[in-house]
Amino acid sequence: MADQQEILSGLAEIVNEVAGVPVDSVQLGKAFTDDLDIDSLSMVEVVVAAEEKFGVKIPDDDVKDLRTVGDAVTYIAQAGA
Amino acid sequence: MSTTPRSDAQTVVITGLGATTPVGGDVASTWDGLLAGRSGVRSLTEEWASELPVQFAARVAVDPGDVLDRVEARKLDRTQQLALIAAREAWADAGTPDVDRERLGVSIATGIGGALTLLGQWDIYRESGPRRVSPHTIPMLMPNGPAAVVGLEITARAGVHTPVSACASGAEAVAQGLAMIRGGRADLVVVGGTEACIHPLPLAAFAAMRALSKRNDDPAAASRPWDTDRDGFVFGEGAAVLVIETAEHAKARGAKIYGEVAGAGITADGHHIAQPDPEGKGATRAMRMALADAGADPTDVVHINAHGTSTPQGDVAEALAIRTALGDAAAQVAVTSTKSMTGHLLGAAGAVESLACVMALHDQLVPPTINLENLDPDVQLDIVSGQARKLADDRFPGAVALNNSFGFGGHNVALAFRSYP
Repeated sequence: MADQQEILSGLAEIVNEVAGVPVDSVQLGKAFTDDLDIDSLSMVEVVVAAEEKFGVKIPDDDVKDLRTVGDAVTYIAQAGA
Repeated sequence: MSTTPRSDAQTVVITGLGATTPVGGDVASTWDGLLAGRSGVRSLTEEWASELPVQFAARVAVDPGDVLDRVEARKLDRTQQLALIAAREAWADAGTPDVDRERLGVSIATGIGGALTLLGQWDIYRESGPRRVSPHTIPMLMPNGPAAVVGLEITARAGVHTPVSACASGAEAVAQGLAMIRGGRADLVVVGGTEACIHPLPLAAFAAMRALSKRNDDPAAASRPWDTDRDGFVFGEGAAVLVIETAEHAKARGAKIYGEVAGAGITADGHHIAQPDPEGKGATRAMRMALADAGADPTDVVHINAHGTSTPQGDVAEALAIRTALGDAAAQVAVTSTKSMTGHLLGAAGAVESLACVMALHDQLVPPTINLENLDPDVQLDIVSGQARKLADDRFPGAVALNNSFGFGGHNVALAFRSYP
């Protein structure tokens, strides 16, 4: 399974594709909504793309807990473990 | 001459124009192209076109993907993209008005809505399942999507509308904006129309109605209003937007004024879902209502940008309606159909042709109807054919131009524009 750095860079590519955020700005401490300006619809796109890229399931009920990029990286790492 | 002088507070004027059409990516290139008689109709090179009975269309001259930011564009249906491009040009042209947002409205029409999104997402559903359907699908496909996107762009809060009346939609949007200002709901309204659904399904569907020209061997000659060899309309895409406000409001902020939106007439045929009333009675009433609303007489009319779609029945019915509505004065009117160059932009047609009317009065130049080689003997009108025509000075000021738009469902909208001052 991908390590945390690989997940972060993969997620950064997705966020860049969906929302145009520069790859370098997608850092563990950044909040999707407040820092990266990703609205709820774009967040759905990010989640679905991440599921496909990393081969994991991220149920809707869990998405609300993914406030920061770090939250998502940790979640994906554990889900894929 | 006009009998009802309106005060500046009652007079609604045009202060900004924007467009992206098959003839040009902005107003200047569109207008130059129309005056030069340039066709925007091309063969479709996509593989899917080869099995269709109609293998050409009028795509926009400048792809919206070349104009908009990639991330912005991917959340917008093509109708929204085209509307936004035209609206940004119009808004800048109007001087980026600093207006009370609760007094700022939008009225932008579409005939079909986000069909490309609906069809594209259905393809994704079937190929990859429901979870891959984009969360942006509904905001992209809803017919009010373009108006909403433009409303958000300029933070319009007086009301955002989307009149839908098939190919009369764009003109109805202008009428709606006029009504908003006259009714006291807004000081300034961004009006227009947009359409973008060049795709095998809509093409096959219009072709199934036998509504489209099948001149596959010579697409640029396919849209030929009033010509004896016309065989249907040409499917097109594009958008046009106008900024309208009272003359009082425009003058107070020092805006340039292109012309006046003087009146509107809206009627319905009550005849057939897709066939025009053969005598054009609904169209006649719409033109008369627009003139009455403008406080103008038939003798004030110098120019008509006709619906003129190049269909066998529609062109004759409209010609008859013009003769009936204007009587003897019809002989003094320079009539044209810019659809001969742009194709038929459905819900954007009335907006593009409103823009053409405004520019024709402003520059005193009427664009030609191209491809008119043999005038249908049932059409007894002065058609501007071949090249652009100068409008005589002695008809100005107070010259009026009419824009006709008719839609499936029996919708008729006539708009009256007047030179300003």
